[in-house]
Amino acid sequence: MNIIVTLLLICGLIFFTGGAVGIIRFPDFYSRLHPAGKLDTMGSLLIMIALSLFNLHHFSLGGLLTSLKIILIMVFVFLSSPTAVHGIVDAGVNAGLSPWTKEERRR
Amino acid sequence: MTHSPAKKKIFSFLLTFFIMVVVWVLLSGKFDAFHLSLGVISCAIVAYFSGDLIFDSPKIRGLPVAWMRFIRYIPWLLYQIFLANLHLLYLTFHPKLHDLIDPQIINFQSKLQSDISLVTFAHSITLTPGTITVDVSIDGEFNVHAIDEKSRKGLPGEMESRIAKAFGEG
Repeated sequence: MNIIVTLLLICGLIFFTGGAVGIIRFPDFYSRLHPAGKLDTMGSLLIMIALSLFNLHHFSLGGLLTSLKIILIMVFVFLSSPTAVHGIVDAGVNAGLSPWTKEERRR
Repeated sequence: MTHSPAKKKIFSFLLTFFIMVVVWVLLSGKFDAFHLSLGVISCAIVAYFSGDLIFDSPKIRGLPVAWMRFIRYIPWLLYQIFLANLHLLYLTFHPKLHDLIDPQIINFQSKLQSDISLVTFAHSITLTPGTITVDVSIDGEFNVHAIDEKSRKGLPGEMESRIAKAFGEG
């Protein structure tokens, strides 16, 4: 059980690291949102699964309720994260920012 | 078989009430009479005011079937999210990142009809890494920012047909 939890936590951390590195490495506003919005969602999904499993280690009703609450957090993250990313992109488009393209780089 | 509006209202009230009680018990975690009765009272009041807001569907009889189809769609979506996340992770740590990506905003016309399926489709596109929904019009015209060739190819594709099936439009 501990091995599974540790593995999941490490995978989640790798995804989070990828998100942070990606924000720095990608070229422009729009493409930076890709790692910021999605790798974080995946990382938090893995970490939350790990935490709820770890919480069930000593099984009790209270522990089960806490695990269900953690799962509920995940549901809300999956609903709100795309909405927030979409809101940011929409603001960028409305402000008239044009996306980075390959052609722009060759010039 | 048609239902009278009053009957439908009671049904949607009970459904909202039931879901709210479940969430209340889950969040409070206390099973003594005082907390449970507080929950039941407040759930009843909220369900009375807003019961017809959430489940005001004309085909309320098909609701369980629709939910089952939607729940069957979720594991596939999670699998897709996982695959696409791996791809984005590979891109992020690739030394020649700027040669690999080719961000573009693409347009396409979706054949989905109802509001809820369009919202689900837009959400699924944004959740799948590599693509972000920029704009959706009411008649299903999508503006999507895609990061590279591979994620652009996948649109609208299989995801749309699966959502159409999940909401009974396929």
